[in-house]
Amino acid sequence: MNFDRFLQYFVFLACVTLLVKPIGSYMAKVFRRETTFLDPLALPIERLTHKLCGIDPEQQMNWKEYAFAFVWITLWGTLLLYLVFSIQQFLPWFYPKYMSTPMTPDLALNTALSFVTTSTWQAYGGETTMSYTSQMLALVTGNFLGGAAGLAVGMCFIRGFANSRDERLGNFYVDFFRALYWLLLPISFLGSLALIAQGVPMNFNPYTTAIGLEGQPQIIAQGPVAVLEIIKNLGTNGGGFFNVNGAHPYANPTPLTNFIGMLAIAVLPAAFTYTFGSLTERKREGWTLYILMAILFSIGIFSCDWFESKGNPLLTEKIQLSEPANLEGKETRFGIAQSVLTAITTSNTSTGSYNSMHDSYTPLGGMVPLVDMLIGQFIFGGLGGGLYGIILWVLITMFVVGLMVGRTPEYLGEKIGPKEMKLIALYILVTPLTVLILAAIAVATKDGLAGLTTNIGPHGATSIVYAYASCNANNGQNFAGLSANSPFYNVTTAIAMLTGRFALSIPAIALAGRFSLQPTRNPTQGTMPSDTPTFAVVFIATVFVIGALSYFPILVLGPVVEHFLMYEGRLF
Amino acid sequence: MFKPILPTLRMTMVLALVTGIILPLAVTGIARMVFKEQADGSLVRQANGQIIGSVLIGQNFAKPEYFHARPSAAGSGYGAEASSGTNLGPTSEKLVNGAKDFPSVRQLAEQYKKENELELSAIIPVDAVTRSGSGLDPHISPENALLQAKRVAKARNLSESAVKDLVRAHTENRQLGFLGEPRINVLMLNLALDKLHD
Repeated sequence: MNFDRFLQYFVFLACVTLLVKPIGSYMAKVFRRETTFLDPLALPIERLTHKLCGIDPEQQMNWKEYAFAFVWITLWGTLLLYLVFSIQQFLPWFYPKYMSTPMTPDLALNTALSFVTTSTWQAYGGETTMSYTSQMLALVTGNFLGGAAGLAVGMCFIRGFANSRDERLGNFYVDFFRALYWLLLPISFLGSLALIAQGVPMNFNPYTTAIGLEGQPQIIAQGPVAVLEIIKNLGTNGGGFFNVNGAHPYANPTPLTNFIGMLAIAVLPAAFTYTFGSLTERKREGWTLYILMAILFSIGIFSCDWFESKGNPLLTEKIQLSEPANLEGKETRFGIAQSVLTAITTSNTSTGSYNSMHDSYTPLGGMVPLVDMLIGQFIFGGLGGGLYGIILWVLITMFVVGLMVGRTPEYLGEKIGPKEMKLIALYILVTPLTVLILAAIAVATKDGLAGLTTNIGPHGATSIVYAYASCNANNGQNFAGLSANSPFYNVTTAIAMLTGRFALSIPAIALAGRFSLQPTRNPTQGTMPSDTPTFAVVFIATVFVIGALSYFPILVLGPVVEHFLMYEGRLF
Repeated sequence: MFKPILPTLRMTMVLALVTGIILPLAVTGIARMVFKEQADGSLVRQANGQIIGSVLIGQNFAKPEYFHARPSAAGSGYGAEASSGTNLGPTSEKLVNGAKDFPSVRQLAEQYKKENELELSAIIPVDAVTRSGSGLDPHISPENALLQAKRVAKARNLSESAVKDLVRAHTENRQLGFLGEPRINVLMLNLALDKLHD
């Protein structure tokens, strides 16, 4: 790795690390309803909102009530988005000449579910499908909803660990609007202005007709882009305004906008580890979680950078290129470094806002984001989801260690008994079951294979697995060569998004409920400490053995075999 | 189980109002006052007001007297109403050997050498023969521009060194000194070329 690229990765990770403590302790204050500098602005709006929605802020919920509130708001959100999409041709700012992709019921339902579950899988091209009203009223709202609900669930999970013999896990409604008014809304407001200053459009003008320097006409899509572009990253959603998402020069005009976007993605989930440490009064444990995330993140960056900067031998051997780097599907202003940084940040955080075409990555370079999505979005991870993701992996590690020494495993003074372990096993099995079964159906049916219009062979197989891995991880990025706007893919990917959102978060909430009722025990001599380098090594080994081995066969059939065939010169 | 139905419905409505309507309109309003150019898409106009394009959006150049942008997969080339990359994988027959109406990377390299009168063994910048992710990449690498300078100078009866100086003057460095890659905005460079004659 040359120094220019290393510096860009290093500065990014350094910025995130420096922000963990200040942002993390701010979040702890916000959700504890302590005084913050935003109170004079946000408190009156919060009070008004509670009144409008009929919320009693003092009411406390147990895990079931919390989970139901979370499910219901997701359902209402889906309905709202579906309605807006269905009637978009009657609402303002719809240009039928350019928005030519028909909004079929299956596409509308798929997209609605996709945005409220923070998947933001996009089976359509933004500028050829969505009216400005849909982009604004449906997609921006869906982005805020998914992000705020995710943070709330994360808070509920933290309280489960902080509590001792107590079933009160907080109030979903209060947490939701705290996340909105104290975090997402103010940051989005300032962030969107920063993006506009760098060149991201924010207007309601019709598509511009230009006559180029050589006299050729060019139609340029416009719209209220900036507001969507900031919350898509901040809420770890990822669905962009345009077809090519963050690669579009209007969505992401400069390396700086890209850098801001990546910070917006990573900082809140990273800082949430500090919030966890702070609320459970075990700051060292919080930092341990962050360090584990940072190590795994760096491994992803280095491996992806390695393969992308080596390029595609099929091209470099026949043509003398100035450097072997793989720039097919990448933008000049981003080069390898900002493209790889974005691929790894987005694939780890359930954010699909890629800025280069992952379909055109080298086989193993493209396998890195795929593995990131398969092992479960906990390296920073989605808002809220990242934290319970990594803690569930910690619990599995504790279980494995417990088996070795023959003791009941514990974490932070909470016993992991058979009932807790069943919930954890459920969480771990959801992803392989969903992804592998749906991918198997797709490669075995005509409707599934019909999606392979751009790439075939092992690369085609990878693109199908990538689609389900992405939807199940609520990520939304894709190998865009797969033609996924068909009833078959719209329905099957929606199933993956639903299992990914609910079959992962509900066991986590239930687990929080069980831990909340347990007394917190003091550590004894036999307790495995969870803040040591030894633990870190065991943790990473567990992730690779359990996470990677579940998918070993499919990874061999897809990217690995393609890698070797590429060096043999085979084409498809 | 059904207790949250009404509160969550009302929450969804409030959320749609605050984030789906008030926020975008407020930001648009402020942007119109403070960053009007950028908010409207950074459009470039001729003296008579005719829109030439956008600083941020690449466009096609085929004539020898202009610098050429990267090959594009958006629409029929730089279609800014439908952004797209090729999405072709590394072992794609189409990418390596080409197809009907789709020149392969090798054919693009041959064409590039021919246009710029380069030797057969010449080394070619990667960005000159690969298609960008958006298909609307407004930039090329400085190496790419310098290799095209001879052709442009010849077509315009300018000295090669004058054109190369212009290229160097239009090279944008890494942002803040370390972010992204050095690059040249093709449209702005070509506009500056046209001005040289005035």
